[in-house]
Amino acid sequence: MQLTLWTYEGPPHVGAMRVATSMEGVHYVLHAPQGDTYADLLFTMIERRDARPPVTYTTFQARDLGGDTANMVVTAVREAYERFRPQALLVGESCTAELIQDQAGALAVGMQLPVPVVPLELPAYSKKENWGASETLYHLVRAMVGSTARPRPSRDGRRPRVNLLGPTSLGFRCRDDVREVRELLASIGVDTHVVAPLNATPAQLATLTDADANVVLYPEIAQTTAGWLQRTHGMPMVRTVPIGVGATRDFLTEVGTVLGIDVQSVLDRPASRLPWYSRSVDSTYLTGKRVFIFADATHAIAAARVARDELGFEVVGLGTYAREMAREVRDAAKSYGLEALISDDYLEVERAIAAAAPELVLGTQMERHIAKRLHVPCATISGPFHVQDVPARYSPQMGWEGANVLFDAWVHPLMMGLEEHLITMFSEDFEFDETGSHLGKGGGRREEGAGAVRILTSVEATGPSRSTELSDTATMASVDVVAPLVDAAAATSVAVAAAGPSWSADGERELKKIPFFVRKKARLNTERFAADRGIATITVDTLYEAKAHYGK
Amino acid sequence: MTGTALPVVETGCTDAPVLKERGQREVFCGLTGIVWLHRKMQDAFFLVVGSRTCAHLLQSAAGVMIFAEPRFATAILGDRDLAGLADCNDELDRVVGELLARRPDITTLFLVGSCPSEVIKLDLAKAASRLSVAHQGRTRILSYSGSGIETTFTQGEDTCLKALVPELPAAATDAPALLVCGTLADVVEDQFTRIFAELGLGRVDFFPPRRASALPPIGPGTKVLLAQPFLNETARALTARGATLLSAPYPLGVDGTTAWLRAAAEAFDVAPERFASAIAGPAQRARTALARHRPTLDGRRLFFFPDSQLEIPLARFLATECGVTLLEVGTPYLDRALVAAELAALPLTQLSEGQDVEKQLDRCLALRPDLTVCGLGLANPLEAAGLRTKWSIELVFSPIQGYDQAADLAELFARPLNRIGRLKV
Repeated sequence: MQLTLWTYEGPPHVGAMRVATSMEGVHYVLHAPQGDTYADLLFTMIERRDARPPVTYTTFQARDLGGDTANMVVTAVREAYERFRPQALLVGESCTAELIQDQAGALAVGMQLPVPVVPLELPAYSKKENWGASETLYHLVRAMVGSTARPRPSRDGRRPRVNLLGPTSLGFRCRDDVREVRELLASIGVDTHVVAPLNATPAQLATLTDADANVVLYPEIAQTTAGWLQRTHGMPMVRTVPIGVGATRDFLTEVGTVLGIDVQSVLDRPASRLPWYSRSVDSTYLTGKRVFIFADATHAIAAARVARDELGFEVVGLGTYAREMAREVRDAAKSYGLEALISDDYLEVERAIAAAAPELVLGTQMERHIAKRLHVPCATISGPFHVQDVPARYSPQMGWEGANVLFDAWVHPLMMGLEEHLITMFSEDFEFDETGSHLGKGGGRREEGAGAVRILTSVEATGPSRSTELSDTATMASVDVVAPLVDAAAATSVAVAAAGPSWSADGERELKKIPFFVRKKARLNTERFAADRGIATITVDTLYEAKAHYGK
Repeated sequence: MTGTALPVVETGCTDAPVLKERGQREVFCGLTGIVWLHRKMQDAFFLVVGSRTCAHLLQSAAGVMIFAEPRFATAILGDRDLAGLADCNDELDRVVGELLARRPDITTLFLVGSCPSEVIKLDLAKAASRLSVAHQGRTRILSYSGSGIETTFTQGEDTCLKALVPELPAAATDAPALLVCGTLADVVEDQFTRIFAELGLGRVDFFPPRRASALPPIGPGTKVLLAQPFLNETARALTARGATLLSAPYPLGVDGTTAWLRAAAEAFDVAPERFASAIAGPAQRARTALARHRPTLDGRRLFFFPDSQLEIPLARFLATECGVTLLEVGTPYLDRALVAAELAALPLTQLSEGQDVEKQLDRCLALRPDLTVCGLGLANPLEAAGLRTKWSIELVFSPIQGYDQAADLAELFARPLNRIGRLKV
């Protein structure tokens, strides 16, 4: 029994729903009690999908339990088949149905429907959402492709072609990543054969082996399937995830090696602005910014590399909630001199972030809220995410354009370089207002950004900071829905310990001269410095001694 | 039930035929009630004993609102818990101990049953009494079911409040006192409190209270006025403790609020003149505010999918005070006794109880209503099919009762119609 306040992942049948909802021509019959239909709104609200997920629920109730719940499965399967006429049917159970042991999958297989019926056994009491999605894709691909080894397709007279495996509904920026990777592959003369599961049909899955290789875009979802296609059908796989300039180059190199083509001309002219933006002088202020990264494994590992090697940040924390890929994240963390945080307990993640005192957090929706409470800027890099993380504009994470997006998305929450300089200059100006907010009532960023814009409207990026703000008052649904539920008073409840040495009046005055966005850190560091040395009263000298001690 | 206060329509729905359906039900389970119950009783904690699905539902329904450490959580059952119930109880004791150690501010802990805990027959009532002894003098520990197999959406409040009834202290006197039953927003309670004071009712309590540690007294003098139409079991438990249940419609809209208040006034023998003067001001300004939305709603054709059991009173308000034409009013359960006054005042329409969502969608799409009230899972798909929708969950989470919210309530329905009129894309 595990005490859980918030979860990073849903149950495994939600992973199966993500696969079914990604595809065309698939229907999922889910043996589940009344109430489990809540999962529909994840798709219709967060992703603004314009159609219901292709899922039929048996929605049994207590009065059905004594009777024939198995018959409800048969009825639901028959009616779903007749109404939706899918090319393939998935049949499985949610947590409660697993307990009543109706064997929904086996029942459906026994109905002799004229389409493939794929029974799903997804243990709800030990596994989670991404695992469920991975298993579902694997079983569906197995059912459609079959295990009889086929001859590898001949290459003569045609361009090489690959499958893109892993993008799903409710996956982070999958829609845009697919377009970007398609274009990236086209630039080296490689065609995209099947993308799966996103927008694929079961009939297309049956042709997967006509491609020359599989590209594993999201290992959490596609590694199992690609591994099976490699073992059973001899299909090579490309495993580099092209997030960031360096990884995109490595990806192209790997594709070139696997397919035996020359990609050098594309490597020689990387089509991303990130390298220049990082070298331009405004970016010098990014140097050594402390960043904490917590996400699914794919995005966490990729983000760490971009943060250190392409933006010049210092990675001070790296972790994931995806235990299935804990080993990969542990290995990555070692290369940054860190111990990986492998946990799905968001309170533990919050403690780790607070202890690392980062200047930027890259995470999920959960970390966005943690960062908000700790008054640290944050950008979202992975699911679970919010409706605002499904932007209308083209906003991939992968490939050259993805690298541009990462630069913007991670840098905008921070104080701009020139801006940081000017705030220091203006901080003693009597007209400088560091508490005023450009966001109106109830909106202000508390520590950073607030006063700066009065001086610097020309360089300040209000867009991203405004949307970051909205994340706290908007649900995935609407401000109005939850406004009455918001415990605004409790928002400030995470206290930072403050007992210990006291401040002299001089010291306190001097502290106020330090730019406000680093003042809290300066206060804490000075207090820690004083406490470590048994200094009871913090004077101006103590402050500067501490500054010298902690200085970079 | 007399229903004396609402104008009874000539062909009302009292004896209207009801389309009863059993099929896929696109509704929340009773756990969802935790979202508003934990906000109401801020010294209570709700511990769901269930699966990862339960935890995922709660955070999805609550919109991942991580403003603070929430006052609800899930004790997620694992394989080992399913293997042996004895171990499962030990584990529950451990989790509760951890939780209470971290949250010493909690005065009442609800163990909330879920589908899996009920299927494996984990006895949470027994666990609650065992744990009550262990944590005696510090935390009251109670249990109720919010499972989808036992409860639909708002029924979770009914089972929660029912669990609190035995804890209510016995009233010291048999003097008449009013108990308003059903969660209302604090601002609405305050408005009603002022009106009840004007009426000179004497003691008035609200149930659930704002603090679970300050439960209202109950006794033979207690007169219960239901503020929500889904509290069948709670009402029964309160009357079993000697209270009297007043007959009334629900305080939605100007007429509904007047009729609801009048039921209390009559039970306390308030002079009609005093009643009229107490409500005159608020009722008049509510009518003025409401009139602004009437042109948007008048003559519009509405379709209700079942959701919260609020559908009948809402439909009555929309039909009689906003001029809406009702095409179908779906409700998860039709409790005729609790909505008798509402049915008598509801112009004849197609009522449906339960759900077969595919068939209901077919009916809805064939009728093409001007506005469809439905859950979040159906809203965008219906919008994409060219229909305007109003999410029903907002009607549960927003303050909509009373005079000063009557116009807000109408505006919730008018907004989608207003919006589509503005858009030129």
